[in-house]
Amino acid sequence: MEHVFDSKAAPGRRAVLSPMVPEIFRVEKYRKETLDTYTLELKPASGTGEHRFGAGQFNMLYKFGVGEAAISISGDPTSPNPLIHTIRAVGTATKAMAKLKVGDTIGVRGPFGSCWPVEAAKGNDVLIIAGGIGLAPLRPVIYQVLAERRKYGKVFLLYGTRTPEDMLYRAELEKWRARFDMEVHVTVDRASSEWHGNVGVVTTLLKKLVLDPDNTVAMICGPEIMMRFVAMDLIKKEMTLDRIYVSMERNMKCGIGLCGHCQYGPTFICKDGPVYTYDQVIELLARREI
Amino acid sequence: METLEPILAEHPFFKGMPPELLKLLVGCASNVKFEAGDFISREGQEASEFFIIRQGKVALELFSPTHGAITVETLEDGDVTGWSWLLPPYRSHFDARAVDLTRAIRFDGKCMRAKLEEDHNLGYEMLKRFVRIIAERLSATRIQLLDIYGTRV
Repeated sequence: MEHVFDSKAAPGRRAVLSPMVPEIFRVEKYRKETLDTYTLELKPASGTGEHRFGAGQFNMLYKFGVGEAAISISGDPTSPNPLIHTIRAVGTATKAMAKLKVGDTIGVRGPFGSCWPVEAAKGNDVLIIAGGIGLAPLRPVIYQVLAERRKYGKVFLLYGTRTPEDMLYRAELEKWRARFDMEVHVTVDRASSEWHGNVGVVTTLLKKLVLDPDNTVAMICGPEIMMRFVAMDLIKKEMTLDRIYVSMERNMKCGIGLCGHCQYGPTFICKDGPVYTYDQVIELLARREI
Repeated sequence: METLEPILAEHPFFKGMPPELLKLLVGCASNVKFEAGDFISREGQEASEFFIIRQGKVALELFSPTHGAITVETLEDGDVTGWSWLLPPYRSHFDARAVDLTRAIRFDGKCMRAKLEEDHNLGYEMLKRFVRIIAERLSATRIQLLDIYGTRV
């Protein structure tokens, strides 16, 4: 398969704005997903315009007076209004954003970065593997694939998380699982005996999956260690590196490849990533200095 | 009379096992069924058997007085319950509980140990299969221990 980066055709930021100037958005809805994760639905404060994006892209969200954070867009690319971000409160800015209320404003720069190969995957089976908050950047892929379901082969979603309480988008997972045209498997790292589902790391879900390696595109997002082990198992299943896509994460600042904060080997994650084919990163993943 | 041999031959655990060796195991095997909630083995009790799961789901649990039963792993169709039957002192380290109706093949531990001692080719074939499972579970456990979805990794 050719390396096709949808980012070349990715919907970019509207030309009238400098990429360094945030546009003001207003919080339309705030939803608590888990103990430390929440979803914001945003609309332009001006009341007009829509924020087109490609699955896998991110925005720089600016909590005024506190700081910016790079957050993947987790909404539907085929219906980009409102703009949806699922955020984990881990740093100063994201913890401050967790305190936003409906009607509050937030700055948005973006969208930035490369996209998942959703267009290029047409005609193939699609294997989506998410770990923890990694489901958020992959949810746009699911929306887009399901919007044109007949253009894809089999669709698999494997999702691993820490405990049943840490699961994102539970209602949607149940809905996707109930479909006849999508295979959904969920596992947690630990659970009480009340939990009826799988317990074990996400790689255990791969064990029994029968793949057609030459006609499958895998998209993986989660902690780096998880992505490495998942990719290793996919390689054992004879998938080639150019069919495996991962989304990398580093400290992104400018979003346009100028500041160098997110340099990853010869690339900048904000500009050349965050979505890479595995053959682009396999050497870098093994280097401790990066 | 129909034996369990064809069923064993189809199970992923025995994939690639020479038929003449598989034949030797059939005498140690029996068909069993567990209802949801049934305990298959209990922590600390003699590990006198192991099971290959044909259909269903089994939870490996540890009980803590403060947290209740904690599931550390679930096993499904094609999986094997464990290897405590193979190593002294032959005691189970976990509770194994059927989560759903589970159909399995039970192997008698003593019978199996005798066969593996007697025929080292069979012993080696079985050991290769168990080592693979042990390695897979060790690797999975290491990842679990890292708590990769936490905030520290």
